[in-house]
Amino acid sequence: MNILTLYTNLGVYLVLGALLFALGFYGMARRRSFIGMLIAAELILAGASVNFMAFSRLLSPSPATGQIVTLFIMAVAAAEVAITLSIIIAVYRNYKSIDAEDVSELKG
Amino acid sequence: MNPSLFSFEGLAGLIFLACIVCTLAGALIATNTLRLIRAVAGLAMCFLGLSGVYVFLGSPFVALMQLLIYVGAVCTTIIFAVMLAETKAARHVTPRGKPRVVLAIIVSFVLAWALIQLGLNTEWPNLSGNAWEQGLGSVENIGTSLLTTYSMSFELISLVLLAAIAGSLVLARTGRHKS
Repeated sequence: MNILTLYTNLGVYLVLGALLFALGFYGMARRRSFIGMLIAAELILAGASVNFMAFSRLLSPSPATGQIVTLFIMAVAAAEVAITLSIIIAVYRNYKSIDAEDVSELKG
Repeated sequence: MNPSLFSFEGLAGLIFLACIVCTLAGALIATNTLRLIRAVAGLAMCFLGLSGVYVFLGSPFVALMQLLIYVGAVCTTIIFAVMLAETKAARHVTPRGKPRVVLAIIVSFVLAWALIQLGLNTEWPNLSGNAWEQGLGSVENIGTSLLTTYSMSFELISLVLLAAIAGSLVLARTGRHKS
């Protein structure tokens, strides 16, 4: 296997998707602010889309399906970002903070 | 096949490696910097590299959508929220305590390792035949199947987007008073 012909290899895309997913998980656990968690969630979705695109290009009998799923993932991610950011702004208005630890009024 | 570095295939391979490095570096920046604005810049870099990867997967259309939606819209909106909500005091939000970060690193390493082993050691059956060469993955075909096979989900996703936009406007407006 030559390093310059890697782009024809399914394994590279699967490794890339897995690394993006794991980095997103790490960011989700590490960040304290809501915006940082939102960024990590975007990374997780990106890892899923890479897998869909790779399988649809290299293995699937209908290559349009994976691309359509990726487009749907983009639309859902855009909706998610809009909703999450308005929730963040509402939380910031009430608590004057975007730290996830500060929003604990219902904590027993 | 063993192309030389300066042939067409060799240059394409180099550009592909650059895209992968850009994606992973962007993801690392997005998860590891302290300032949120730098994390957003890292996210934009990650999506830029990812759109290059999509070009190599034979779909310039999805690559352009990736640029337009993620880099153009999502990152800009997140920057907008960072400017609205990040005060001087919140600018240096420390990450969580050390045991939690170590635990996060361990768990995400295990996750990455398991997913990579699963991906590389499975015998994926190749069902494609010569579907790609017949042009089944072209933009025309995407458009046709969006309006025939997937028309229901297409309409539903536009409904979801509409509800999300209306809901986010309502959420961001309530609790706002004249001052």
